[in-house]
Amino acid sequence: MSIEVKNLTKTFNGFKAVQDISLKLESGSLVALLGPSGSGKSTLLRMIAGLEIPDSGEIHLTGREATYVSAKERNVGFVFQHYALFKHMNVYENIAFGLRVRNQSEKEIRDKVHDLLSLIQLSGFEKRYPSQLSGGQRQRVAVARALAPSPQVLLLDEPFGALDAKVREELRNWILKLHEETNVTTLFVTHDQNEALEVASRILIMNHGKIEQDGTPIEIFDHPATHFIAQFVGETNYIDTEVTEKGLAVWGPFRFPINPSFTAGQKVRIYFRPHDVYVTEQFETLQVKAKIKKTRFKGTVIEYLLDIGEGKSIFAQVPKGVALASGFKDGLDVYAAITAFHVFPL
Amino acid sequence: MTKETLIVSLKGAKGTDPVRTLTEPRWVRVLLIVAAVLFIGLFLILPLFEVFASAFDKGWEYYFNAVRDPMAVSAIKLTLLTAFFSVVLNTIFGVASAWAITKFNFWGKNLLITLIDIPFSVSPVIAGLIYVLLFGLQGLWGKWFIDHNIHIIFAVPGIVLATIFVTFPFVSRELIPLMQEQGNDEEEAALVLGATGWQIFWKVTLPNIQWGLLYGVILCNARAMGEFGAVSVVSGHIRGLTNTLPLHVEILYNEYNFTAAFAVASLLTFLAIVTLIAKTIVGTRYEREKEILPSSLESEPSL
Repeated sequence: MSIEVKNLTKTFNGFKAVQDISLKLESGSLVALLGPSGSGKSTLLRMIAGLEIPDSGEIHLTGREATYVSAKERNVGFVFQHYALFKHMNVYENIAFGLRVRNQSEKEIRDKVHDLLSLIQLSGFEKRYPSQLSGGQRQRVAVARALAPSPQVLLLDEPFGALDAKVREELRNWILKLHEETNVTTLFVTHDQNEALEVASRILIMNHGKIEQDGTPIEIFDHPATHFIAQFVGETNYIDTEVTEKGLAVWGPFRFPINPSFTAGQKVRIYFRPHDVYVTEQFETLQVKAKIKKTRFKGTVIEYLLDIGEGKSIFAQVPKGVALASGFKDGLDVYAAITAFHVFPL
Repeated sequence: MTKETLIVSLKGAKGTDPVRTLTEPRWVRVLLIVAAVLFIGLFLILPLFEVFASAFDKGWEYYFNAVRDPMAVSAIKLTLLTAFFSVVLNTIFGVASAWAITKFNFWGKNLLITLIDIPFSVSPVIAGLIYVLLFGLQGLWGKWFIDHNIHIIFAVPGIVLATIFVTFPFVSRELIPLMQEQGNDEEEAALVLGATGWQIFWKVTLPNIQWGLLYGVILCNARAMGEFGAVSVVSGHIRGLTNTLPLHVEILYNEYNFTAAFAVASLLTFLAIVTLIAKTIVGTRYEREKEILPSSLESEPSL
C-alpha cells in the first residue's frame, strides 16, 4: 500500500514538468501535494496512476516496480477534478464499473456498491444520473467509484477545486473521516494551502517541477524552507534590507537579530506573518511606534495596515476580541513588535 | 437619467404599450415575415409540391407502373445497396478516425484531418474521374483488374467506391468536434478502473457519442442515396445494372418521359423528407444531451 518514486522526470515539448523527484509514502498515510498551477503536481500524480509515462525514473507501488505497468493493471483509485463520472450511467452503475470490468458476480457488486453508498452517505441515490447530482455529491460518487475495486492507493487530483467554498469545507472533513475509516494510502493534489494544511498529515510542496519542502503542516507553516514557500503558504509581509552588522538587520525602526552567518552588507529578504506582529495601545517592551492607517475585517481576525514612519508600512493581524477590547481604529497611535520572522538571502 | 425621464421614455408615444416601443415597428415585422415566407414557399415548398404534382400527373396507376418498372426497381435496389455499403464502411471509418484524432496524439494528425476533408472540397465529378483513372481500362491498375476479370468501372463496385469517397467525411466530421469537447476524462477514469480498450470504447465512448454518430449516419445516408455526379461518371448508365435512382431519373427525363421521371424522383423526395424528420428527431435528442453536460449546481444537502 506504499508509494515510492525515484528520480522521476517528465518533459512536455521541452517544458520540464517534473524534474528528478523522489518521494516515499508510507502505507496508510494521507499526504498533500501542494503547489501553484503549472508546478508539475498533477503530472506527478498522473504518472503514479499510469496516465502519463515518465521519461526516466522509477515508480514502486506496494514495493513492486510499476513504472511501465499499464494504468489498467496498477489498481490505483483516481479522482479527477471535474469528477469524470460516466454521464450515461446512473450512480449505481458508475460505482459498479470497476467491479464489472473485473467480472465480479452480481451479488458481490451489489453488496460492495451498497456499502460504498452508505460510506459516501448517498444511499437511495442509486438511480440518479450524474447530471441530477450537485457538485459535492458527484465528487463523493467519484470517490466511491475509485474505491470500489479496493485500490492499493487513492490519488485525488484537485478533488475539490471545482466546488464552492462551503461544500469544499464539508468535503475536507468528510475525506478526513473517510481516510480514518478506510485507511487507504492517499495522495491528493491541491493548490489550496488551507486544504493541504487542514487535511494532510504531511505536505509536499512543489514548485517548477521540484519538491521544495516535505514536512508536517506545522513545519511547513512555521519553518518555510525557501523563499517560495515563505510567500506561498500563509499570508506574509516581506521586506528587503541589508545586514547592518554581524547578527543584525535593521529595517525602519525594527531591529532583527539574525543568524551570524550572514555577512554585513549582504542583501536579505525578511518574511514575517501579520499575526506575528504584536500590537498594543500602551507601550509594553521593545515595541516601535506605529499608526493605524487602514482596517480590514477578515472574520476571526482584523487586519491593520500600520504606518511605522519613514514612509514604510506593514500588515498586522489581531484576533477580533483583542482588537475590539483595545478599541483599535484608523488614525490611532499604537505600538508594534515583530515576534517571529524568517530571513533568506536575496 | 432620472427615474422620471426613464418612465416617460418607456411609455413611448401617447400611452402605447411600453413593450411595443422596444421592438421593431409593425410594418417592418410584417415585411420581414412575408419576405421569409415567400422565399421559402418559392424555393422549397413549391418545387416539392411540383415533384409530387407531376408524378401523379397521369394518375395513380401510371405512377405505380413507373415505380414498379423493373428498371426502376433495379435502380432502387442498387441505390439501397450503395447506401448500405457507404454508410457501414464510413461509419466504421468515421468512428475510428475520430477516436484516433481526438483521443491520441500522433505524427501526421493534421494531415489526416485535412485528408478527411478532401471529398468536401473536390467536385463529385472529379471524384468519379479519379476512379476511372485508377480502375478504368486505360487506368493505373485497370489492366490488372480486367485481366483478373474484376469489373470496377461501369459496374457496381465503382459506384460503391465513388459514393464512399463522396460521403467519406460526414461521420467523422460530426464526431470530431463532439469528442474533442468531451475530452478524455471518462476514458482515463475507465482505464484506471481497469477497463480494456474495447470495454472503454463500448461502455464509455460509444454511449457518449451515440446521438452525434446517428446524426452523422443520417447525413451520410442522405448523401449516399442522392449522389449524382461521381456516380454518373463511373456507372456507364447501364439500365437495370448500374443505374441508381438519381441516374434513372435523369435517363427518364432525357427520354421526355416526364411523368415517370417525376414518379421516381418522388421516391427520392420521399426519402429526403423521411431523412429530414429523422434528422430533426435525432438532432433534438443530440442537443438535449449536449445541454446536460454542464449541469446545474444545486445547493448541497448537508452531509
